[in-house]
Amino acid sequence: MTTKVIEAREINKVFNPGREEQVIALQDIDLSVTSGEFVSLIGPSGCGKSTLLRLIADLIEPSTGELQVNGKSPHQARIDRDYGMVFQAATLLEWRNVRKNIELPLEIHGFARQERQEKAQAALELVELGSFGDHWPWQLSGGMQQRVAIARALVFQPSLLLMDEPFGALDEFTRERMNMELLRIWRETDTTILFVTHSIAEAIFLSSRVIVMSPRPGRITSVVDIDLPRPRAFETRARPRFHALVAEVREVLRDAHVLE
Amino acid sequence: MKRKSFRSRLQRLVPTLLVAIIFLGAWELGVHLLGIREFILPPPSSILSEFSEELQIFIGASGESILFSAARATLWSAVGGFVIGCGAGILTALVTSRWTIISEATMPFAIAANSVPIIAFAPIMNNWFGITNPASKMAIVAIIVFFPAMINTVRGLTLVDPGQLELMESWAASPARVLRTLRIPNALPFIFSALRVASSLSVIGAVVSEFFGGPRATLGVYITQEASGFNFASAWSAILMASLIGITFYLVVLLLERWLMPWHHSMSDSG
Ligand SMILES: Nc1ncnc2c1ncn2[C@@H]1O[C@H](COP(=O)(O)OP(=O)(O)OP(=O)(O)O)[C@@H](O)[C@H]1O
Ligand SMILES: [Mg+2]
Repeated sequence: MTTKVIEAREINKVFNPGREEQVIALQDIDLSVTSGEFVSLIGPSGCGKSTLLRLIADLIEPSTGELQVNGKSPHQARIDRDYGMVFQAATLLEWRNVRKNIELPLEIHGFARQERQEKAQAALELVELGSFGDHWPWQLSGGMQQRVAIARALVFQPSLLLMDEPFGALDEFTRERMNMELLRIWRETDTTILFVTHSIAEAIFLSSRVIVMSPRPGRITSVVDIDLPRPRAFETRARPRFHALVAEVREVLRDAHVLE
Repeated sequence: MKRKSFRSRLQRLVPTLLVAIIFLGAWELGVHLLGIREFILPPPSSILSEFSEELQIFIGASGESILFSAARATLWSAVGGFVIGCGAGILTALVTSRWTIISEATMPFAIAANSVPIIAFAPIMNNWFGITNPASKMAIVAIIVFFPAMINTVRGLTLVDPGQLELMESWAASPARVLRTLRIPNALPFIFSALRVASSLSVIGAVVSEFFGGPRATLGVYITQEASGFNFASAWSAILMASLIGITFYLVVLLLERWLMPWHHSMSDSG
């Protein structure tokens, strides 16, 4: 079954319109993501990747254009808890232990205690931190904190996961392990993932589709389908096809820069 | 999460104690060797013996120890002013933070008022409330601690991680909910650093405002009267008393902080 999770047509986003500091953050964005896809956004700093994610999350509104999430307005989707969000920083509340951090969104939506605990434990087990519920955030490594953030984002079992450079602050080795973890979670949960990254290799390794953007104004310059077989593993990175795709995306990104 | 053993805590105190002993020893010796006159600087031994005499009167209940009644009165002014001023400061911050415009408009005034020597108003307060009324001292203390409490609370309520605010919004959290679950806990370390400063300020404020007049049994009046009557050792014993009150007050606030913010305390302990 393929339903549209994200449907964006001719989205424009202008910050501070009409003023001197006016920024055209996004121009003519057409994007369609079907359920079960893993789509990456890649592009130089300032090309509007985070802005696009925020639009979908209904944290800001488009200047013009049409945007739907699960066939609804982004606002309705937010109220219906259709998506979870993960940033580069884990943004855990330091005064709550791991379990209480994961329970927080459930608390806000008025779930009963029993249900909160069950869902939080399930989410913790999904990210393989089942026994860390009573730890304080500062007692965890950066990678573990990020897994807690993922668990928190998944606690409502949303159909869409929005991730903004979630592993950008981690070392190379931890990042590769987290990539494997994320693919496992994606397989187990049937979530659709929209993933922002600065790493070409990471985008290709994870995705079914890589969307390349260029800055000022932020536009989609090309879309690269990733035809690497699944399940992907550490060996995937050694394949000639992987290297060919890396070269292809790098080429497109360079062209995007030259246009600038 | 390991609890530090009692023994290792004691061991950490050793250098501090050594410094104190060396300091007092040098003081005592210096006064005797250099022949410093009592009215310039009495030796610690005579301050301590003066203090312990008063302590014995206080414990033995054989008559009234003026020093200890003075301490009680000053402590009352300091604590009363501290509670009123900090309470009002925190409350004002909570109310104004609800409307960013108001808190942004009032902050410059609060910061300016914070650098005004409020103690200069002590004679005015004596006129308002009456020179022997403890309220005149409490008012000074309350005004002194109000501003740091308010400023720090506003900072703590507004300096929130933008990512955490976005998450709250993504969960459709109401403003009251954001205040309760995010802003107030975020403000706690800011509030406690203000309370620690305020605890010292309130004792200073109480004693100094008593210098401008007050009932006989207050530390400020006691110090001025004993000093003008050439009873320097007993003036110094009152200074010692004021210091003990200040230190104790500070430690109480510190303990409260550790109790209310266990995550913070353990975080800094491990670092
Ligand atoms: N709230 C805002 N107000 C004004 N301008 C903004 C705002 N948010 C983003 N911008 C501008 O929009 C453009 C796109 O920003 P965005 O954060 O989406 O880029 P990005 O692709 O995520 O960059 P990075 O890779 O560095 O995270 C930038 O020029 C930025 O300055
Ligand atoms: Mg970004």
